[in-house]
Amino acid sequence: MMRITRHRLDVADLLAEVQSPERGGTCVFLGTVRNDAGVTSIDYSAYESMAVEEAERILAEAHDRWPGSRVMLQHRLGVIPVGEASIAIAAAAPHRDEAFASCRYVIEEVKKRLPVWKKELRADGSEQWVESHDHR
Amino acid sequence: MGKISVRFFARYAELAGCTWSHVNVPTPTTVADVIARVREVFPGTQAMPATPLTALNQRQVKLDAPVTEGDEVALLPPLAGG
Repeated sequence: MMRITRHRLDVADLLAEVQSPERGGTCVFLGTVRNDAGVTSIDYSAYESMAVEEAERILAEAHDRWPGSRVMLQHRLGVIPVGEASIAIAAAAPHRDEAFASCRYVIEEVKKRLPVWKKELRADGSEQWVESHDHR
Repeated sequence: MGKISVRFFARYAELAGCTWSHVNVPTPTTVADVIARVREVFPGTQAMPATPLTALNQRQVKLDAPVTEGDEVALLPPLAGG
């Protein structure tokens, strides 16, 4: 399941939703705002209803590929300061290979397909839209 | 003529000066024709690339996708999620 929020992301919530007695491996990915050249925060915006639909499609694909896995995703929008997370993904599966693989699949597809945009806000008051440069 | 909803996001909303509007075009038509009309109605959007990312009714499509009355075309700047 995918959730969009304007508050701090809650990893404990995510874990509670994916973990179960038959899933022995859990993998968490957090994407946090980086302090690139003077950046103090990033303002995230989205086409929210499409982002939810697209994320649900991505999660369904992950489930088809790794049927024993369960993956959840939270994306935060609004102004997020350096060091705080903009995205959190938790993937739990019977074994670690599937947990890592499904988590990786979801973040890579999110980067390619989610209609989300970011504007960097800098200490000198300047702002700049980020045009995708995917460093991985 | 058909009325097509148009949505702009992020930098493209700044170029258009709005986040939502509509254009009238002869239907059936294509996404490319809707975008051509958008560039006339919202001159700021002429700064968009020649082939912007586009969603039709919330799914990404190519520019030759068919569009009919009541459809929604969304113009999406390069994606930067995560």
